[in-house]
Amino acid sequence: MDVAALTFLALALPFVAALLAPLLTRLLGHNAAWVLALFPLAIVLHFARFWPEVAKGEVVTGGYAWIPSFNVSFSWLIDGLSLTFVLLIAGIGMLIVLYSGGYLKGHPQQGRFFSFILMFMGSMLGLVVSDSFLMLFVFWELTSITSFLLIGFDHAREAARRAALQALVVTGGGGLFLLAGLLIIWNVSGVTQLSLLEAFGPEMRESPFYLAALILVLGGAFTKSAQFPFHFWLPNAMEAPTPVSAYLHSATMVKAGVYLLMRLNPVLGGTPEWQILLPLFGGATLVIGAALACRQTDLKLMLAYTTMASLGLLVMLTGIGVPHAIEAAALYLVAHSLFKGALFMVAGIIDHETGTRDVTRLGGLRSAMPLTFVIALAAAFSMGGLFPFFGFIAKEEIYYALSGFDRRSLVFAAIAILGNALMFAVAFAVALKPFVGARVQTPKAAHEAPLLLWLGPALLAAKGLSAALLSGFTHELVSTPMASAIAGEPRAVTISVVPHVGLPLMMSIATAVIGIGIYLKLDRVRAFVATILADIGWGPDRGFDQFIRGLVRVSVALTRRLQSGRLEVYMTATFILVAFVLLVVPIAYGEFPRAPFFAADVPLHELAIMAIAVIGLVAVVLAADRLTAIVSLGIQGFAVAVIFLLFGAPDLAFTQFMIETLSVVVLALVMTRLRLSPSDHRPLAQKLPDFAIALACGLGFGLMLLKVTGVPFDATLTDFFNLYSKSIAHGANVVNVIIVDFRGTDTLGEIAVVMVTGLAILSLVRLRAGSLRRVADNDPDAEERA
Amino acid sequence: MKSVIFRAVAPFLTSLMVLFSIFVLLRGHNEPGGGFIGGLIAVSALAIYGIACGVEMVRRAIYFHPMAIAGAGLFAATVAGLISIAARVPFMTGLWIYPSVLGLEVPLSTVTLFDCGVYLVVVGAISSIALSLEERGGE
Repeated sequence: MDVAALTFLALALPFVAALLAPLLTRLLGHNAAWVLALFPLAIVLHFARFWPEVAKGEVVTGGYAWIPSFNVSFSWLIDGLSLTFVLLIAGIGMLIVLYSGGYLKGHPQQGRFFSFILMFMGSMLGLVVSDSFLMLFVFWELTSITSFLLIGFDHAREAARRAALQALVVTGGGGLFLLAGLLIIWNVSGVTQLSLLEAFGPEMRESPFYLAALILVLGGAFTKSAQFPFHFWLPNAMEAPTPVSAYLHSATMVKAGVYLLMRLNPVLGGTPEWQILLPLFGGATLVIGAALACRQTDLKLMLAYTTMASLGLLVMLTGIGVPHAIEAAALYLVAHSLFKGALFMVAGIIDHETGTRDVTRLGGLRSAMPLTFVIALAAAFSMGGLFPFFGFIAKEEIYYALSGFDRRSLVFAAIAILGNALMFAVAFAVALKPFVGARVQTPKAAHEAPLLLWLGPALLAAKGLSAALLSGFTHELVSTPMASAIAGEPRAVTISVVPHVGLPLMMSIATAVIGIGIYLKLDRVRAFVATILADIGWGPDRGFDQFIRGLVRVSVALTRRLQSGRLEVYMTATFILVAFVLLVVPIAYGEFPRAPFFAADVPLHELAIMAIAVIGLVAVVLAADRLTAIVSLGIQGFAVAVIFLLFGAPDLAFTQFMIETLSVVVLALVMTRLRLSPSDHRPLAQKLPDFAIALACGLGFGLMLLKVTGVPFDATLTDFFNLYSKSIAHGANVVNVIIVDFRGTDTLGEIAVVMVTGLAILSLVRLRAGSLRRVADNDPDAEERA
Repeated sequence: MKSVIFRAVAPFLTSLMVLFSIFVLLRGHNEPGGGFIGGLIAVSALAIYGIACGVEMVRRAIYFHPMAIAGAGLFAATVAGLISIAARVPFMTGLWIYPSVLGLEVPLSTVTLFDCGVYLVVVGAISSIALSLEERGGE
């Protein structure tokens, strides 16, 4: 098979694995993880073959035409940025699959869990390799949906359901912003592929729609990557089982927004707007996230808020536009995925083995869980940016980029030092505090985790060390191609683990000193942040609830106003609108039809038929009771059918006959069923408006028909159907051939409508007035009372 | 309905009309007719039977729930379209075969299957409405 087919297969592989997962889990129990981990491994191996080309700075594209008529393709773009992401997603994904094998061992729905997490992996892979806009959007929303499924995995708990819904609304809604932004970019540049878009960078940036496109794209990126003030869904997403938090909400999905910004940096970046908005939101997210992390006592929540802070740092670096910032962002992204994934898994191990995640109720686990302790320390060293881990390299590069002396650099350097110091403290609060000090009694007697649980974090932590020690190798394969792809021009990353005495190292030392200070006084910092939060009182999380409740209330009020529930009102409104449309157009534009031309020699039988139709109509109006009116309407219908027959439309006439018959039968049945009084007892004054509306509709339709028949008849279609009906479709009856062959897909849609209408009417008929009850209660106030 | 003549004639009339509706359905490709008209004729036949002998009799006579008939029709029509995809031509392209039955060449096609689907949908959907109305109407 060629590379394109294999790549397609690799992208489809997670979904195949997701299908097999429940079955394998039924057969093998939790050991299915070993088999399922082979799928991501195969993906890693496949994409590793692009490494030599990508390391040389080449871009690999490929794919298939999807909807050629709309220029939509299923195509991928593999460069330094997407390859790094692919390897992180599949590599960490493999470890997460193994970890969930141990973490959810014996869970009745473990197969479903594997299935969800593999589906997510497939969506995320698709997202980062997407070249076409539509594919990017589809996978973007798929990650939101799979994230919804995973957060709500424990669906029996209300908190999990709420968190899942919140994440879906925020990230899915952001996806719609992204779609709108991509449509603007498409309209301005005229291309639908990211690989072609780069050439249109200058055009994009000078376009009057630039700001709109930028804000919409940022709306998508900021919601996905939990930037302030859209961050609240991320801590709530910690309701998910820990493997999900480690995978989606630290290492991969939340980085999708950052990925998007990095991907579009060569196109949209470099403008004053970009360099103001990104550092502003990123910097705010960094400080707020890190401060909120100190407030928490739950290990996972502490980590969740530092994830938010790290994402803020990444956004800030992507947008700040000073030399080395892009390189720093690339390094920090990789470092963060490694240490945060490991730390989350460590938090999960502690929770799993001791029964609690509350940092104030943990202590002295060092002797019971020595291996976990080592892993946790290694990850925390990297997170704290300490020598000689990969986090150190990333932080040196960050401070190198920010060590200018202008006011802007000073401000952001201060923000970065503050944020990093807070994260430093939290890192050790998570990785050191539970293990040292006196032994604290925990709900479960703590002991070392099994292989499946410690393997993943151990490998990630080891990777954080080896990537730093072999930094030349890492830079050649990962950092340099990635930074070049983000910058849109060749960049070389050269920083190594050997510290150079200079300003960046001073800033690092300052960070560590402040961090240790905060760590020692963590209880007081926590109390301080809690006081501030209590003083503010309101947060975006509560705002979200208020927004949703307000939305429901507005829609309830609106529906009550618009939907009176009285058929009479609906009918009147519909027909007034019809009359309006039909009459206003000819009056406004003065387009009245010419007086119709009457043939002099109309045969007697035609006149007679028309007379019957008119008599039928008059009878409808004058009929004393409803049944007579219905039958009289039938007379008129039959007369029209005869006219069709006389003028050479036997199929139409045939159908009209049947429809008229059935209408009379059904109307008569409805009338008896509704137990209406046999005649209309309303006074004339109430009948007159109805009469006027009917007259206006009839007049409008008459005018339109006359106008239409006045236009010269275009026989192209008639000729086409007459010519090809027999030769192509083997049918002499053109009408039928059109229905079932030429326009068969239309008919398929129509009969589906007939069927659905039938179902709807059937359920309406079955509804009995006595058994009416409210199916769903959407009253927001009722919820509050409960 | 009380008329003895009507009740006696209705079963025969209904049978003839259903037969005629199938005739109209099948000849539709070359002469006036087709699935839609045929379906309407069949519904009228069932309505007559229902008025004459009661809805219960009709339901027993058609055996399946009317909505199930409509569903089967929609399914048949969709399958008729999908067969084309299996044959690697665009969705809904008419495919024809001419098998010989008892020495007579019978043209069969996905189009015929599609038209039968239309017939069944019309019969099922409209008769289910008419029957449920009749059922309650008598109360």
